[in-house]
Amino acid sequence: MTEVVAVIDYGMGNLHSAGKALEKVANGQQILITGDADQIRAADRVVFPGVGAIRDCIAVLRETGLDQAILDVIAAGKPLLGICVGMQALMARSEENNGVDCLGVFDGEVTFFGEMQDDTGSKLKVPHMGWNQVQQGMAHPMWAGIANNARFYFVHSYCVTGLADEEVAGYCDYGRRFAAAATRNNVFAVQFHPEKSADAGLTLLENFLRWQP
Amino acid sequence: MGLAKRIIPCLDVDDGRVVKGVQFVDIRDAGDPVEVAKRYNDAGADEITFLDITASHEGRDTTLHTVEQIASQVFIPLTVGGGVRTLEDIRNLLNAGADKVGINSAAVHNPEFVREAAERFGSQCIVVAIDAKKVSAESEPNRWEIFTHGGRKPTGLDAVQWAKRMTDYGAGEILLTSMDRDGTKNGFDIALTRAISDAVPVPVIASGGVGNLQHLVDGVIQGGADAVLAASIFHFGEYSVEEAKRFMQSSGIEMRL
Repeated sequence: MTEVVAVIDYGMGNLHSAGKALEKVANGQQILITGDADQIRAADRVVFPGVGAIRDCIAVLRETGLDQAILDVIAAGKPLLGICVGMQALMARSEENNGVDCLGVFDGEVTFFGEMQDDTGSKLKVPHMGWNQVQQGMAHPMWAGIANNARFYFVHSYCVTGLADEEVAGYCDYGRRFAAAATRNNVFAVQFHPEKSADAGLTLLENFLRWQP
Repeated sequence: MGLAKRIIPCLDVDDGRVVKGVQFVDIRDAGDPVEVAKRYNDAGADEITFLDITASHEGRDTTLHTVEQIASQVFIPLTVGGGVRTLEDIRNLLNAGADKVGINSAAVHNPEFVREAAERFGSQCIVVAIDAKKVSAESEPNRWEIFTHGGRKPTGLDAVQWAKRMTDYGAGEILLTSMDRDGTKNGFDIALTRAISDAVPVPVIASGGVGNLQHLVDGVIQGGADAVLAASIFHFGEYSVEEAKRFMQSSGIEMRL
């Protein structure tokens, strides 16, 4: 039977890129962009993308019941990939929008980059926008074929900190060290945009479609 | 090790074809936008900017179709600007596959539009494009003003103040074009780039005037730009993106290679 990869559509922006990039690397899998909780539960793998403000994101997830669908997918042991705000939403809490409780899959905190300076004393620009290096925190099937310190495309003003070391699959430095990738069991989440990260990103998505946690 | 500076080839697109104006008047043709975008992706471009200069309403659908085509085949960030006036324009472009949308004259006519756009779609996808021209005399302190209509119409707005205001309203990035330098190949207006870059908390893309690779280096090191945008030096094969990146790296700038 054809494997189904659901990309969660909760009305928070552009899913075209994630869908197209997954189609590009799919090997027979059907890529299904959907906001239907039952379709998401029935899928073999789930991609949880996200852009925009965390408060709106979490509010929509709770209203639509998609928060529970995500937790069910995780509990069922199916591979789930969180992207950008999708990663942040899996944490315990975000300080964006005066503090928002998130889904609590990980115990991490989402914090603002804030006013920081680089080595030369000039102010770091926020959002952290562009191609930065990801130092792999562990060997993982999701990193197959991707060089340590490969560059991925980031665009975000808040970042994940406070995870246990064994949950940090990749680190990034921008004024501070933060989690560029988090993992536990069948969940993998990335702060960068694999669908916008050229070959390294496509390889990561391809790895996700093959991943057997 | 850290965040790389970006090289962004810019495609000026009119009715589905890539063109590049010299001082916005003399236009030459450099091909099909989808092919050009793919070529730049393969060559290691960090992003692509697509400036839609199509005048006609019907041409807008061609634009959305072109954006869709590019976004299905090119997996690096894509910014689309030109003629963006309404929240619906933005929604259509994002749905077609643009990652960021550039707002230019609509911001001048209605600054609140930028605030609404950032609130609705998030700052990360709102780029405010600024066309600035030096208005101070040689003996005076530098002053630049915002111009619209391809650099013909002054607005009385101070460029530095305007850039700050736009980021207060939620712009996530500033695309800064020197109208004095655009098309001249004499290099970026470094003082302008530095003034804006120091004034705003968000990344600044320097644009207008690139004629050689040293100009790209100067834009970053002297101007403080986070990214550099160029068109004709790449479109006509004078330099490859990879060559530009290697040159910048050899000048001490961190690049994605």
